[in-house]
Amino acid sequence: MSDIASRVKAIIVEKLGVDESEVTPEASFTNDLGADSLDTVELIMEFEKEFNVAIPDDQAETIGTVGQAVAYLEKNVKA
Amino acid sequence: MEFKRVVVTGLGALTPIGNTVAEYWNGLINGVSGAAFIKSFDVEKFKTKFACEVKNFDADGFLGRKDARKLDPFVQYALFSTEEAVKDAGLDFEKLDTSRIGVIWGSGIGGLKTFLDEVVNFAKGDGTPKFNPFFIPKMIADIAPGHISIKYGLRGPNFTTVSACASSNNSLIDAFNYLRLGKANMFITGGSEAIINEAGIGGFNAMHALSTRNDDPATASRPFDLDRDGFVAGEGAGTIILEELEHAKARGAKIYAEMVGGGMSADAYHMTAPHPEGLGACLVMKAALEDAGLTPADVDYVNVHGTSTPIGDPQEVKAITDAFGDRIYDINISSTKSMTGHLLGAAGAVEAIAAILAIKNDIIPPTINHFTDDPAFDPKINFTFNKAQKRVVNVAQSNGFGFGGHNASVIFRKYQD
Repeated sequence: MSDIASRVKAIIVEKLGVDESEVTPEASFTNDLGADSLDTVELIMEFEKEFNVAIPDDQAETIGTVGQAVAYLEKNVKA
Repeated sequence: MEFKRVVVTGLGALTPIGNTVAEYWNGLINGVSGAAFIKSFDVEKFKTKFACEVKNFDADGFLGRKDARKLDPFVQYALFSTEEAVKDAGLDFEKLDTSRIGVIWGSGIGGLKTFLDEVVNFAKGDGTPKFNPFFIPKMIADIAPGHISIKYGLRGPNFTTVSACASSNNSLIDAFNYLRLGKANMFITGGSEAIINEAGIGGFNAMHALSTRNDDPATASRPFDLDRDGFVAGEGAGTIILEELEHAKARGAKIYAEMVGGGMSADAYHMTAPHPEGLGACLVMKAALEDAGLTPADVDYVNVHGTSTPIGDPQEVKAITDAFGDRIYDINISSTKSMTGHLLGAAGAVEAIAAILAIKNDIIPPTINHFTDDPAFDPKINFTFNKAQKRVVNVAQSNGFGFGGHNASVIFRKYQD
């Protein structure tokens, strides 16, 4: 697992109170991990803080699964 | 139209002297102080270094970490005391018409800790607004009854009353009135407050409202004592289940007491100082008595607002004297804030519980920490100093007065069919 993927996973476990094993790449924040709309906003903000990036709202709307979050961050976070 | 009768069928309490109703009552009748040095933040630079904090409250254990972090302490407290009351009342909501059960809750401030944390976080940044999406829904004062309704699926009337330290007396009175009018079958009511943080203590300190007796916190709350020097901040929650009598009987509910009256008034005088002649306080006690169809001769016990401030206590004594006349010499008066500290928006609820249990047990909880008589007070008045007193309590009244000049007073009576 990449460094980014493991940090994303840690944030999701912390904020959504889910078990690590549930945080699979396909897992949807809302459908699988019990997030509501406010949780989702909070997750995006936590990713921004952790990786020091700004995720515009129109981009944030495309991030609905763990894998999508990791992919977005791997593409946009400067190594 | 004829009013319906309203009874108390369940109680819950989370207080600085006990985390259940039984512990709370035991603390009250044994004269236990809940005051101690503040543990929740660094008090080094604060004028007041102590308060009556809730002890051993495990929010994560009660709510789970995921939900706990989305709730300000004032909501965590509300859910905790309400769970006790719901169990105590033997409520099975699946068997009840939940569209006829409401929640009216009191909080003076709401989520002050949440507000403080978010604003501090913002101030540390570069001005970019990075607020947590839970900031507003955690903080707003009405969110406690919202969460109670969500947890139990209650779809009746639902809101918060805000009148500073009278807030939960107002919630009781509102619930009482809707029940009397037949607008609902039952209310979960009461109040909660959680302001023991830097902003709460610093803010009340700035007003010179708090005791600064840092060398002896346990005796700092001393209502009606000559050397009283301010109130002691408290926190916690009290839940009272009010129910329409026939509804309660039909489900075989245990009945603690009957709620028989509520009065409301305003001082119309000053932002924070009470009216020096106790005008609003006198009016509110008379209004509650009139509402209950009672006279001063019927009353056995008044649980006073009695915060232990130099100017607040005398005006209340003046008000009781004016409202009760010579009856003042035959009643017991006590300020349970001497033990719990001042729970602000939750004070009305936890003190109503003290009044209800005084009726149930025929015991008056004391005003502790009395050392020196204040010559301003008539020595023939029975303030129930230092030790609980046994007496038959048929009727008990409980007062709450808030910054802004809000006054609300409630009356309970021993239940008779």
